[in-house]
Amino acid sequence: MKFAIALFSAPHAPSSRRALRFAEAALASGHEIVRLFFYQDAVHNASNAAVPPQDELNLPAEWGVFVRHHRLDAVVCIAAALRRGVLNEEEARRYGRPSANLGEPWDLSGLGQLHEAAQMADRLVCFGGP
Amino acid sequence: MAKSLLLVSRQAPWSGPGAREALDIALAGGAFDLPIGMLFLDDGVFQLAPTQYPEAIQQKDLTANLQALPLFGVDSLYVAQRSLDERGLADTTLDLPVQCLDDAALRDLIDRYDLVITL
Repeated sequence: MKFAIALFSAPHAPSSRRALRFAEAALASGHEIVRLFFYQDAVHNASNAAVPPQDELNLPAEWGVFVRHHRLDAVVCIAAALRRGVLNEEEARRYGRPSANLGEPWDLSGLGQLHEAAQMADRLVCFGGP
Repeated sequence: MAKSLLLVSRQAPWSGPGAREALDIALAGGAFDLPIGMLFLDDGVFQLAPTQYPEAIQQKDLTANLQALPLFGVDSLYVAQRSLDERGLADTTLDLPVQCLDDAALRDLIDRYDLVITL
Protein backbone atom coordinates (compact mmCIF):
# COMPACT_ATOMS: atom_id res chain seq x y z
CA MET A 1 0.00 0.00 0.00
CA LYS A 2 1.14 3.55 -0.71
CA PHE A 3 1.11 5.85 2.32
CA ALA A 4 1.35 9.60 2.55
CA ILE A 5 2.29 10.65 6.08
CA ALA A 6 1.53 14.11 7.42
CA LEU A 7 2.96 15.23 10.75
CA PHE A 8 1.74 18.30 12.61
CA SER A 9 3.31 18.10 16.08
CA ALA A 10 6.62 19.21 17.60
CA PRO A 11 9.42 16.66 18.16
CA HIS A 12 8.76 16.46 21.90
CA ALA A 13 5.10 15.47 21.33
CA PRO A 14 4.49 11.71 21.56
CA SER A 15 2.66 11.83 18.22
CA SER A 16 5.94 12.72 16.46
CA ARG A 17 7.55 9.58 17.85
CA ARG A 18 4.49 7.53 16.86
CA ALA A 19 4.69 8.92 13.33
CA LEU A 20 8.30 7.80 12.98
CA ARG A 21 7.56 4.35 14.38
CA PHE A 22 4.56 4.04 12.05
CA ALA A 23 6.69 5.03 9.07
CA GLU A 24 9.38 2.51 10.03
CA ALA A 25 6.78 -0.23 10.47
CA ALA A 26 5.12 0.61 7.15
CA LEU A 27 8.38 0.19 5.23
CA ALA A 28 9.35 -2.89 7.24
CA SER A 29 6.03 -4.47 6.22
CA GLY A 30 6.74 -3.86 2.55
CA HIS A 31 4.59 -0.78 2.08
CA GLU A 32 5.64 2.37 0.28
CA ILE A 33 5.78 5.94 1.60
CA VAL A 34 5.12 8.33 -1.26
CA ARG A 35 5.94 11.40 0.83
CA LEU A 36 6.41 12.69 4.33
CA PHE A 37 4.96 16.15 4.83
CA PHE A 38 5.81 18.18 7.95
CA TYR A 39 3.50 21.07 8.79
CA GLN A 40 2.78 23.35 11.74
CA ASP A 41 5.09 22.62 14.72
CA ALA A 42 6.30 19.43 13.02
CA VAL A 43 8.74 21.57 11.03
CA HIS A 44 10.96 21.41 14.13
CA ASN A 45 11.35 17.67 13.46
CA ALA A 46 13.44 18.65 10.44
CA SER A 47 15.70 21.08 12.31
CA ASN A 48 19.31 20.05 12.83
CA ALA A 49 19.74 22.55 15.67
CA ALA A 50 17.88 20.73 18.44
CA VAL A 51 20.07 19.52 21.32
CA PRO A 52 18.04 17.20 23.53
CA PRO A 53 19.80 15.74 26.63
CA GLN A 54 22.10 12.86 25.67
CA ASP A 55 20.05 10.20 27.43
CA GLU A 56 16.83 11.29 25.72
CA LEU A 57 15.45 10.45 22.32
CA ASN A 58 16.73 12.79 19.59
CA LEU A 59 13.79 12.59 17.26
CA PRO A 60 14.93 15.15 14.65
CA ALA A 61 18.19 13.20 14.30
CA GLU A 62 16.28 9.92 14.00
CA TRP A 63 14.02 11.34 11.33
CA GLY A 64 17.07 12.48 9.36
CA VAL A 65 18.69 9.03 9.53
CA PHE A 66 15.43 7.35 8.56
CA VAL A 67 14.72 9.62 5.59
CA ARG A 68 18.30 9.38 4.32
CA HIS A 69 18.49 5.62 4.71
CA HIS A 70 15.28 5.02 2.75
CA ARG A 71 15.79 7.97 0.35
CA LEU A 72 12.29 9.20 1.10
CA ASP A 73 10.61 12.24 -0.34
CA ALA A 74 10.48 14.45 2.78
CA VAL A 75 8.90 17.88 2.47
CA VAL A 76 8.72 20.62 5.09
CA CYS A 77 6.12 23.34 4.53
CA ILE A 78 8.05 26.48 3.72
CA ALA A 79 5.57 28.96 5.19
CA ALA A 80 5.26 27.01 8.45
CA ALA A 81 9.03 26.63 8.64
CA LEU A 82 9.88 30.29 7.99
CA ARG A 83 7.38 31.39 10.63
CA ARG A 84 9.10 29.12 13.18
CA GLY A 85 12.71 29.86 12.28
CA VAL A 86 13.47 26.63 10.45
CA LEU A 87 15.53 27.74 7.44
CA ASN A 88 17.77 26.22 4.82
CA GLU A 89 20.83 28.08 3.49
CA GLU A 90 18.87 29.69 0.68
CA GLU A 91 16.11 31.06 2.93
CA ALA A 92 18.60 32.17 5.61
CA ARG A 93 20.41 34.17 2.95
CA ARG A 94 17.16 35.53 1.48
CA TYR A 95 15.93 36.84 4.84
CA GLY A 96 19.33 37.85 6.23
CA ARG A 97 19.36 35.33 9.07
CA PRO A 98 22.72 34.34 10.59
CA SER A 99 22.39 30.58 10.21
CA ALA A 100 20.48 27.75 8.60
CA ASN A 101 19.19 24.77 10.56
CA LEU A 102 17.64 22.67 7.81
CA GLY A 103 19.44 20.86 5.03
CA GLU A 104 19.64 17.54 3.26
CA PRO A 105 17.54 15.31 3.22
CA TRP A 106 14.69 17.82 3.61
CA ASP A 107 13.01 19.92 0.96
CA LEU A 108 11.22 23.16 1.73
CA SER A 109 8.10 23.46 -0.40
CA GLY A 110 4.44 24.44 -0.39
CA LEU A 111 1.13 22.92 0.65
CA GLY A 112 0.55 21.70 -2.90
CA GLN A 113 2.97 18.91 -2.01
CA LEU A 114 0.64 17.73 0.75
CA HIS A 115 -2.33 17.66 -1.61
CA GLU A 116 -0.32 15.92 -4.31
CA ALA A 117 0.89 13.27 -1.85
CA ALA A 118 -2.65 12.70 -0.55
CA GLN A 119 -3.87 12.22 -4.12
CA MET A 120 -1.06 9.82 -5.05
CA ALA A 121 -1.29 7.65 -1.94
CA ASP A 122 -3.79 4.92 -1.10
CA ARG A 123 -3.91 6.29 2.46
CA LEU A 124 -3.12 9.62 4.04
CA VAL A 125 -2.14 9.09 7.68
CA CYS A 126 -1.94 12.19 9.89
CA PHE A 127 -0.16 12.53 13.22
CA GLY A 128 -0.79 15.50 15.47
CA GLY A 129 -1.93 16.61 18.87
CA PRO A 130 -0.39 15.02 21.96
CA MET B 1 -11.13 11.44 -10.29
CA ALA B 2 -9.55 13.49 -7.53
CA LYS B 3 -10.09 12.36 -3.98
CA SER B 4 -12.17 14.62 -1.80
CA LEU B 5 -10.68 16.09 1.36
CA LEU B 6 -12.50 17.29 4.45
CA LEU B 7 -10.55 19.69 6.58
CA VAL B 8 -11.69 19.75 10.21
CA SER B 9 -10.66 23.01 11.85
CA ARG B 10 -10.77 22.85 15.65
CA GLN B 11 -8.63 25.79 16.79
CA ALA B 12 -9.86 29.18 17.96
CA PRO B 13 -8.50 32.06 15.88
CA TRP B 14 -6.62 33.46 18.89
CA SER B 15 -4.91 30.21 19.90
CA GLY B 16 -1.88 30.49 17.63
CA PRO B 17 -1.39 29.91 13.93
CA GLY B 18 -3.41 26.65 13.92
CA ALA B 19 -6.63 28.10 12.53
CA ARG B 20 -4.81 30.01 9.80
CA GLU B 21 -2.71 27.01 8.88
CA ALA B 22 -5.77 24.77 8.63
CA LEU B 23 -7.40 27.34 6.38
CA ASP B 24 -4.27 27.51 4.21
CA ILE B 25 -4.58 23.78 3.47
CA ALA B 26 -8.15 24.34 2.27
CA LEU B 27 -7.22 27.37 0.16
CA ALA B 28 -4.26 25.54 -1.39
CA GLY B 29 -6.51 22.59 -2.25
CA GLY B 30 -9.06 24.94 -3.78
CA ALA B 31 -6.35 26.58 -5.85
CA PHE B 32 -5.54 23.13 -7.29
CA ASP B 33 -9.24 22.58 -8.10
CA LEU B 34 -9.50 19.71 -5.64
CA PRO B 35 -12.85 18.86 -4.03
CA ILE B 36 -12.37 20.33 -0.55
CA GLY B 37 -14.80 20.64 2.32
CA MET B 38 -14.22 22.45 5.57
CA LEU B 39 -15.83 21.69 8.90
CA PHE B 40 -15.59 24.03 11.88
CA LEU B 41 -15.68 21.98 15.05
CA ASP B 42 -15.09 22.57 18.76
CA ASP B 43 -13.21 25.86 19.35
CA GLY B 44 -12.88 26.17 15.56
CA VAL B 45 -16.39 27.64 15.51
CA PHE B 46 -15.01 30.81 17.12
CA GLN B 47 -13.45 31.55 13.72
CA LEU B 48 -16.97 32.21 12.47
CA ALA B 49 -18.01 34.62 15.23
CA PRO B 50 -18.94 38.09 13.99
CA THR B 51 -17.41 41.33 15.27
CA GLN B 52 -13.99 40.04 16.19
CA TYR B 53 -11.28 42.49 17.26
CA PRO B 54 -8.04 40.59 16.62
CA GLU B 55 -6.01 43.81 16.63
CA ALA B 56 -6.67 44.08 20.38
CA ILE B 57 -4.31 41.13 20.84
CA GLN B 58 -1.98 42.14 17.98
CA GLN B 59 -3.33 39.47 15.67
CA LYS B 60 -4.31 39.63 12.03
CA ASP B 61 -7.94 39.25 11.06
CA LEU B 62 -8.72 35.76 9.81
CA THR B 63 -12.19 36.55 8.54
CA ALA B 64 -10.98 38.03 5.23
CA ASN B 65 -9.10 34.79 4.52
CA LEU B 66 -12.16 32.75 5.48
CA GLN B 67 -14.30 34.75 3.11
CA ALA B 68 -11.85 33.89 0.34
CA LEU B 69 -12.86 30.21 0.60
CA PRO B 70 -15.71 30.41 -1.96
CA LEU B 71 -13.44 32.40 -4.30
CA PHE B 72 -11.02 29.47 -4.19
CA GLY B 73 -13.81 27.06 -5.02
CA VAL B 74 -14.19 25.83 -1.45
CA ASP B 75 -17.90 26.28 -0.91
CA SER B 76 -18.69 23.10 1.01
CA LEU B 77 -18.55 24.69 4.45
CA TYR B 78 -19.97 23.12 7.58
CA VAL B 79 -20.21 23.87 11.27
CA ALA B 80 -21.07 21.60 14.17
CA GLN B 81 -24.32 22.74 15.77
CA ARG B 82 -23.30 21.23 19.09
CA SER B 83 -20.02 23.20 19.12
CA LEU B 84 -21.97 26.42 18.47
CA ASP B 85 -24.49 25.63 21.21
CA GLU B 86 -21.82 24.77 23.75
CA ARG B 87 -20.17 28.15 23.17
CA GLY B 88 -23.31 30.26 23.05
CA LEU B 89 -22.86 31.15 19.39
CA ALA B 90 -26.07 31.34 17.38
CA ASP B 91 -25.89 30.05 13.83
CA THR B 92 -27.54 33.26 12.59
CA THR B 93 -24.50 35.32 13.59
CA LEU B 94 -22.16 33.63 11.14
CA ASP B 95 -20.56 35.55 8.33
CA LEU B 96 -20.17 32.81 5.73
CA PRO B 97 -22.55 30.44 3.89
CA VAL B 98 -21.96 27.61 6.36
CA GLN B 99 -24.27 24.66 6.82
CA CYS B 100 -25.07 23.68 10.42
CA LEU B 101 -24.92 19.95 11.11
CA ASP B 102 -26.12 17.88 14.06
CA ASP B 103 -24.09 14.94 15.35
CA ALA B 104 -25.67 12.36 13.04
CA ALA B 105 -25.09 14.59 10.01
CA LEU B 106 -21.46 15.04 11.06
CA ARG B 107 -20.92 11.31 10.92
CA ASP B 108 -22.43 11.18 7.43
CA LEU B 109 -20.30 14.13 6.34
CA ILE B 110 -17.04 12.52 7.46
CA ASP B 111 -18.09 9.26 5.79
CA ARG B 112 -18.67 11.05 2.49
CA TYR B 113 -15.09 12.30 2.14
CA ASP B 114 -12.15 10.20 0.93
CA LEU B 115 -9.65 12.01 3.13
CA VAL B 116 -9.90 13.85 6.44
CA ILE B 117 -7.35 16.15 8.04
CA THR B 118 -8.06 17.42 11.53
CA LEU B 119 -6.10 20.38 12.87
